[in-house]
Amino acid sequence: MNDDAAIVKEFLVESYENLDRLDQDLIALEKDPSDRERLASIFRTIHTIKGTSGFLAFNQLEALAHVGESLLARLRDGLLKLNPQITTALLAMVDAVREMLKHIEATGKEGERQDQDLIATLTRLLEAEGRGTMHHGTTEKATDEPEPSKPRPNLGEILVQRGAAKDSDIQSAVEQQQAGDPRHIGEILVERETLKGQDVIDALKAQQQARSQSASDSTIRVDVGQLDRLMNRVGELVLLRNQIVQYANLTEDGELLGTSQRLNLLTTELQEGVMKTRMQPIGNIWSKFPRTVRDVALGCGKQVRIEMEGKETELDKTIIEAIKDPLTHVVRNAVDHGIEPPEARRAVGKNPEGLLSLRAFHEGGQVNIEITDDGAGIDCEKLRNKAIAKALITADQATRMTEREITNLIFLPGLSTAEKVTNVSGRGVGMDVVKTNVEKIGGMVDVQSKPGQGCTIRMKIPLTLAIIPALIVTSAGDRYAIPQVSLLELVRLESEQARKGLEMVNGAPVYRLRGKLLPVVHLNKELQVDVPNDSIAGAQTASSGEGQTVNIVVLRADDRQFGLIVDEINDTEEIVVKPLGKQLKSINAYAGATIMGDGKVALILDVLGLAQRSSVINEIRERAVVESQEKQSTALLGAAQRNPVLLFQHGDAGRIAIDLSLVARLEEIQSDTVEIAADQEVVQYRGQIMPLLHVTEILQSTPRKQVRAEGASLHVVVYMQNGRSVGLVVDRILDIVEEAFVIQPHSGRKGISGSAVIQKRVTDILDVPGLIAAAAEEHSSAALA
Amino acid sequence: MANTQQFCTFFLENQFFGVPVQEVQEVIRYQEMTRVPLVPLVIRGLINLRGQIVMAVDLRRRFGMPNRPDSKLPMNVVVRTQDGPVSFLVDEIGDVLELEERTFECPPETLQGAAQDLVRGVYKLENGLMLVLDSERAVCDSENVVQQICSRRSGATN
Repeated sequence: MNDDAAIVKEFLVESYENLDRLDQDLIALEKDPSDRERLASIFRTIHTIKGTSGFLAFNQLEALAHVGESLLARLRDGLLKLNPQITTALLAMVDAVREMLKHIEATGKEGERQDQDLIATLTRLLEAEGRGTMHHGTTEKATDEPEPSKPRPNLGEILVQRGAAKDSDIQSAVEQQQAGDPRHIGEILVERETLKGQDVIDALKAQQQARSQSASDSTIRVDVGQLDRLMNRVGELVLLRNQIVQYANLTEDGELLGTSQRLNLLTTELQEGVMKTRMQPIGNIWSKFPRTVRDVALGCGKQVRIEMEGKETELDKTIIEAIKDPLTHVVRNAVDHGIEPPEARRAVGKNPEGLLSLRAFHEGGQVNIEITDDGAGIDCEKLRNKAIAKALITADQATRMTEREITNLIFLPGLSTAEKVTNVSGRGVGMDVVKTNVEKIGGMVDVQSKPGQGCTIRMKIPLTLAIIPALIVTSAGDRYAIPQVSLLELVRLESEQARKGLEMVNGAPVYRLRGKLLPVVHLNKELQVDVPNDSIAGAQTASSGEGQTVNIVVLRADDRQFGLIVDEINDTEEIVVKPLGKQLKSINAYAGATIMGDGKVALILDVLGLAQRSSVINEIRERAVVESQEKQSTALLGAAQRNPVLLFQHGDAGRIAIDLSLVARLEEIQSDTVEIAADQEVVQYRGQIMPLLHVTEILQSTPRKQVRAEGASLHVVVYMQNGRSVGLVVDRILDIVEEAFVIQPHSGRKGISGSAVIQKRVTDILDVPGLIAAAAEEHSSAALA
Repeated sequence: MANTQQFCTFFLENQFFGVPVQEVQEVIRYQEMTRVPLVPLVIRGLINLRGQIVMAVDLRRRFGMPNRPDSKLPMNVVVRTQDGPVSFLVDEIGDVLELEERTFECPPETLQGAAQDLVRGVYKLENGLMLVLDSERAVCDSENVVQQICSRRSGATN
């Protein structure tokens, strides 16, 4: 890197930090315009940016900062009074400066910007209002020089201030020092017994604090990539430690045992230390919120005050990054439709200024974040009606739901209680994304609302993602790790109980856990590994050479509980989470992998994914997901639905329905446009190569008729998935129907999720992912036989 | 001076294959693997490569060849791909060969099945042919369902 680039980089880093502080300072200043120290600090920041950008020949930046500086100078000198317009203009200037810096960072140049309007606005404020208020005059001196920052206090001063030492003692000690004593003042004083050692230590600490506040000479900037690499190495060290400890325990060698104990201790400390370096106070993201709240509140004519508690609560950097957007969304939401307009608040006897409070604290190895507003709360009735109107729940379900469950409906995709869509919220995307994002990092979100009094969104977030405690289980001879956060309890059923304990509800195994039915999932079956032949009945399944005992791991996924039957429960262990490659990520049963003490790899189970695979979580949430993400699910057990479906004929008499939302287009293609690529029938479709699947052929497992009349046309249902399309070739397209029907699931056939009566005829419901899988399976058995 | 390229070579069912050396990270003996349920069969499992978790792709399965006899342990050819290292399970390792570009030819049109996708071309050696493996393609198999059907069905109808 050449010198110039290094200077520019330094300038950028410094300016970004300063700008972030400016946002906060300006908001604070608006609250308390008399805070001269803050005003001076704002002035200094802009002054520095102006000076440096002039030096680096960023002329537009300099010009903009110059106007801002002039305006601030007027404010500082009392020639102008801060008002919302000025604050807004200054904030806009900060944004513009930030954009320019980003541009400089990306391209090294300022780029062509059109800031004349902004500069004009600033100048107008400067002149018009300046003239208007000029005659007020001021007695304070207007200086052009920024105020000098406070010098940092020296140890002697602190000692005197704290009353630990007399001024004269310090004086004489300083004299002794000047006479050539190389020791520190503290040492001299302690030796003379005028001072206790503890006092010096306290004073040193105070000095340290004062220093870190005034200057940053006790901190250094570290590249995050560097920390990540360090973290990885420590992760490896932890694994190595596990291996050595395991080996040492096998031997009788006392010395080795002792050494490994020390290694154990040291590694743990090192691990904690490195983790700490990655920790950041949550205040780092909160600091942007006063600005956000101000902007949103101004935009919708509300008055909102923001309060924060627990700013210093620390979280891992990756987690901070991950919750930044969800938190911002919740905050904007709370202001936009949590808190009422001032008139409405006055009408119900509340303070016209709404209160938004953020609270963060540690609890049980997790961080809790609460965002509370004192607005109107969530209108359950409205929410219920909306959910029914949008067919997210049925009226029947709605009557059975508790208030709390209703409130939690706000996390469903496609649901918003805002009556009008504003540019901030009310578009129906939002809370579901918040929930998904928080759950992605192993957290939980919950909402509580008191009508008329406000609403609280509570998040529970893990401290770190890199190293987590996990329960190790064995299934069909392989070990799997289950993250401890989802673990509720372990149940072990001995011989007699094992046979009786598991009962069946129409083929689905359940266990009575303290009187409540707990759905049970066999891990072996779910992972399709070594399922014994007699596995249809529940009780015998789990026992693969383990006698008659059944081990149930009770897990929590999303607010539901379910039991996972595993062959063996081993132990809990701290594991280092390693990501899986792209190829394996798509399988939602795994959250990652880890290396065990013996050096072998074990997979980490994704509890939520497992629950979804096994349809433990279905009902409301799943259905909403299905509708919004255009995925088809086989879990629509017995619920009436009213989606438009496409009917087509299958074979000679069979009728098949497919959810219309899954269909991108219907096409008729000439059979002679069908080409063969990789021995697969394909057609060129909208610039893509689209594979064709013959539905009849796959469902009946009969080979396709090779002879096809020349010029005949094929009916193709184009199914879109992740931006790629598959063409389903069907015999005849019949109709599009929109009527309520009840799906009766039957699991026997691949590619069919169930049957329903549609247009008074029994119709099979197509399961497209299942169909694709069936097509794939057909091959793999053929190719690998 | 003719243009030459170095290849790390290996055998699969008595066929001779090669991967450009710059794509190869290392060659290691058989490693114990952890199988991954629910994934396509070509992915044999995960191995621990000095603390890094690496997916092992069985090239015999990828090419639709019969399984290796149980008595014979595969070797790992660890190649660098866009998503980090991936290990290919092969029968045996050959020498590193330096081959002249003029002995290279595109694959014949008659190439069948998965090989069509996976072979970039052929080097004509004195005592036989060496097939150049397209390692990126060899691992991208399970990326998405659609792609999966294409490659799998192409094998099925052979």
